[in-house]
Amino acid sequence: MRRSRRVRRHFHPFERGPACCFGGHPPNDVAPGPAWSLARSYNCRAASHTVARNAVLNASGRLVTRDDRTGRIVLEHVTQRFALPREDREFTAVQDVSFDVRGGEFVSIVGPSGCGKSTLLALVAGLAPVTEGRISLDGQPVDGVNPRLGFVFQRDALFPWKTVAQNVGLPLLFRGVAEAAAAPRVAEWIARIGLTGFERYHPHQLSGGMRKRVALAMTMVYEPEIVLMDEPFGALDVQTRNLMENDLLEIWAQLRRTVVFVTHDLEEAIALSDRIVVMTASPGRVKAVYPIGLPRPRSVTEIRFHPDFGRLYETIWKDLKDEVRLGYERSRQGLAG
Amino acid sequence: MATSGAARVSRAEIHAWRLALLGAFLLLWETATRRGWVDPFFVSQPTVLAAQIYDWVRSGFIVRHLVVTLQETVLGFLLGTLLGVAVGFAFAQWEKLALVFDPLMVALNAMPRVVLAPLFILWFGLGLVSKVVMVISLVFFVVFFSTYTGIREVDRDLVNNARILGANPRHLIRHVLLPSALTWIFSSLRTSVGFALIGAVVGEYLGSHEGMGYVISYAESMFNATGVLAGLLVLMAAVIAIDVGLRRLDARFSYWKAVPK
Repeated sequence: MRRSRRVRRHFHPFERGPACCFGGHPPNDVAPGPAWSLARSYNCRAASHTVARNAVLNASGRLVTRDDRTGRIVLEHVTQRFALPREDREFTAVQDVSFDVRGGEFVSIVGPSGCGKSTLLALVAGLAPVTEGRISLDGQPVDGVNPRLGFVFQRDALFPWKTVAQNVGLPLLFRGVAEAAAAPRVAEWIARIGLTGFERYHPHQLSGGMRKRVALAMTMVYEPEIVLMDEPFGALDVQTRNLMENDLLEIWAQLRRTVVFVTHDLEEAIALSDRIVVMTASPGRVKAVYPIGLPRPRSVTEIRFHPDFGRLYETIWKDLKDEVRLGYERSRQGLAG
Repeated sequence: MATSGAARVSRAEIHAWRLALLGAFLLLWETATRRGWVDPFFVSQPTVLAAQIYDWVRSGFIVRHLVVTLQETVLGFLLGTLLGVAVGFAFAQWEKLALVFDPLMVALNAMPRVVLAPLFILWFGLGLVSKVVMVISLVFFVVFFSTYTGIREVDRDLVNNARILGANPRHLIRHVLLPSALTWIFSSLRTSVGFALIGAVVGEYLGSHEGMGYVISYAESMFNATGVLAGLLVLMAAVIAIDVGLRRLDARFSYWKAVPK
C-alpha cells in the first residue's frame, strides 16, 4: 500500500482534504452556478461534485466536512418474506427492521449467519422489492437499482473477461463518461489501490486481495454517495484483511460517503464503525444499536488495544452470542433456511 | 502438481508413441493384404489408398468435391450458429417464449435429422440448398441449447453488480451476457462443426451429383473399397484441420480464463 500512497500524493496536493479524491481535477475548474450553494440537489451527481469541491475551496486549507444530509438511509418497519414453493410456506428473512444511517456515517450490521443481513443490503440497493415497510435514500423511496449507490459483493464480482483497467472503468462506461475523462479517473483509482502496472492483467491473474481492491476501486470510481458492503473481506486472510480495512477507513475518511458494512465479525465491525446494528437470529430483527465512540482516525490493528475496545466488545458480544447460538441451533435443525 | 515428476511424460515421447503405433498399424495392414491374409478388395491397401488420394489431388478431382462439401458445411454452419445464438438469446431473455416453445424444441431436437434428409432433398432439390438446410437442422440445436444454458448460467452476482454499476439492458448484453455465453458457445462450436460436416456428407450421400458424400456413395456403388476409404480419409483430414483452427479461435476468445495447470 505504500506505493499507492506515494502515487496519490502526486495526484493530490490537498492531502487528506475531504474532497481530494474527486477524480483528480484541479479544484478551480468548478463552474460557478446554482449548484454552488450548499443547498444541493440530491439527484444530480454533477452538483454533488461541485459542492464537495466548493467545500475545499472555501476551506482554504481547513477541513470542511460534507453536508451531512446526503447519503441518508432510512429503514421503516422493513419486512421481507420469500415464498418457499417446494415447502408451500413463506420464509421471513427480516422482520420489522427500522433504523437509519446518517449521511457520511459508517454503520455495520452484525448478526448470526442467515439472519438476513445480506437481504437487508440487497433491499437498500434496490435489487429486490421490499415486501412490507419502506426504505428511503435522502427521503426518496427506493424503487429499483439506484445509480447513486455502490455495492461491494461478498465474492468479488469482477468481470473475468475484462482487464483491471476495463473493470475499474466499467461503471464510467455505463454512465456514458467519455473515454478521455474516464481514463485519468481510472488511472487514479488504480494507483490508489496500489495496482499501477497491473492495468492489463485479468482478474484470474490477481490474488484474492488484489481482486478485492479492484472491486473496491470499481465501486468508488463513480463516487457513489452510499456504499454498501456485504462481508467484503470475509474471504481474505487476516493480514490482507487488516490492510484492506485500513485502506477502506482511509478512503472513507477522505470521501466521507455513507457506508453500510455487513459482517459477522464483531471485532471488524467495532474497529471500522461509528455505529453497530445488532440483528437477531432469523427472522432478523434489530436487537440493539451501539454507538462506537472510539477516536478517529483509526488503524484497525491498533484500535484493538484501546481501553474502550474490549469493553465495547464485551457488551455487544453479550447481545450477539445468544443470537449466534440460536442461529446455529436453528441451522442445525434446518429451520433457518 | 498432482502428478509426480516420474509419471509425467514429455510431449515428444507421446508423439513418438503415436507415430509408432500408426506405423505399426499401417505395416500390419499392408502386410496382411499383400500376403493374402485379407482380401484387399474388401479393405483396400495403404499404398493403394495413398496412390488414390495422390491421384485425386493431382487431377483436382477431390478438390472440386471437397470445396462443394465445405461450402455446404460452412454456409449451413454459419446460418445454424447465427440462428442458434439468436434464438438462444431470445429464449433466455423472454422466459414466456422459452416456456411456450420448450416442448417444440425438445420434440424437434428428438427427431432424427438423418432420416429427414430425403425429405429435404425432395423439398429443396439435389443442389446446395437441401444440404445447407440439413446442416442447419443439426447445428442449430447444439448452438441453441448451449447459448441458452450459457446465458441462464451467468453469475447472478455479476448481473447484479453490472446493474448497480449502471448498466442498461444493452450494456448488460454486450458486457456481461454475451462474453459469458461465448465460452459455452465456443465449447459447443467444436461439436457443431463435426455435426455440420456429417450433415453435409449425409445429404450428399443420399442424393446429389457432387461433393464428398457423392464421391463415397459412387465408390460404394462400384464396390470400390479404396474409393470409400480414400474419401473418408480426406474428410477426416478436413475435420481435423477445422478443429485445430477452432481450438485456436477458442483460445483467443477465452484469453481471460485461467490456464489450467
